[in-house]
Amino acid sequence: MIETVIFYIFAVATVISACAVVTVKNPVHAALFLVLTFFTSAVIWMSLEAEFLAISLVLVYVGAVMVLFIFVVMMLDINVARLREGFVRYLPLGLAVAAIMLLLMLSVVTSDVFVLDVGSEPLPKPADYSNTKALGAVLYTEYVFAFEIAAVILLVAIIAAISLTMRKRTQAKYQAPSDQIKVRKSDRLRIVKMPSVEEE
Amino acid sequence: MTVTLSHYLILAAILFSISIAGIVINRKNIIILLMSIELMLLSVNLNFIAFSHYLDDLAGQVFVFFILTVAAAEAAIGLAILVVLFRNKRSINVEDIKELKW
Repeated sequence: MIETVIFYIFAVATVISACAVVTVKNPVHAALFLVLTFFTSAVIWMSLEAEFLAISLVLVYVGAVMVLFIFVVMMLDINVARLREGFVRYLPLGLAVAAIMLLLMLSVVTSDVFVLDVGSEPLPKPADYSNTKALGAVLYTEYVFAFEIAAVILLVAIIAAISLTMRKRTQAKYQAPSDQIKVRKSDRLRIVKMPSVEEE
Repeated sequence: MTVTLSHYLILAAILFSISIAGIVINRKNIIILLMSIELMLLSVNLNFIAFSHYLDDLAGQVFVFFILTVAAAEAAIGLAILVVLFRNKRSINVEDIKELKW
């Protein structure tokens, strides 16, 4: 019973905050509503006994990706009014597309295909069951190559993000420590030999 | 009344539709578009986890793990491209990005 109440509370919160993400004017508010959506989804994942993924959703998304989003939104000087034009114009089209897709998906999802047999509901796991341990056991054995490819993807993302945003500043004045250390006496000091002239 | 698999699938379908609507109605604003894509990935992940729970198979959760990885990489690269775009054009409006439009 308590699971049902929790599910409905957090499902409604997820849907409302997801609607807010796509409709609010200010991109910063949209990002913050997206954070709320991730939090409530993490609670729902937790109720599905996916504890490791729920925590990593909060850590990775709320802790890293959304901070990145908010950082970029605040760094860019955005003209919100210009970005909003066409909102009312495309609203009916968007709602129509979404409603059609929702109806199609609901007609599939609520059909008999996805109804489990009575009695095949999963039993709650025992208290000493560790989701993280079970996930690690398959992740590092069966899916170890996929895991390493995921690591390479993250490396590529790091290199791509850095190389895209790094730029050479030509006008900026900066110190070159290696050149400063390598400098020799002969580079800076010129000894001029000239004959001395006697004064009359 | 208990929560069944269909409840989670319906919730994921609603989330997915909201993000589709978000992509259509916010088509000038790249930042909201990226957020809508994140919402889509979230709803797909919810499907995976619900099936993983009700079919008692951990493969679904492993898949969600990889989706989270790819989504993080996608967000980082997307935002880096956005920053470069803003540096060059002083705007992130989709209307201003039409060099490749034929």
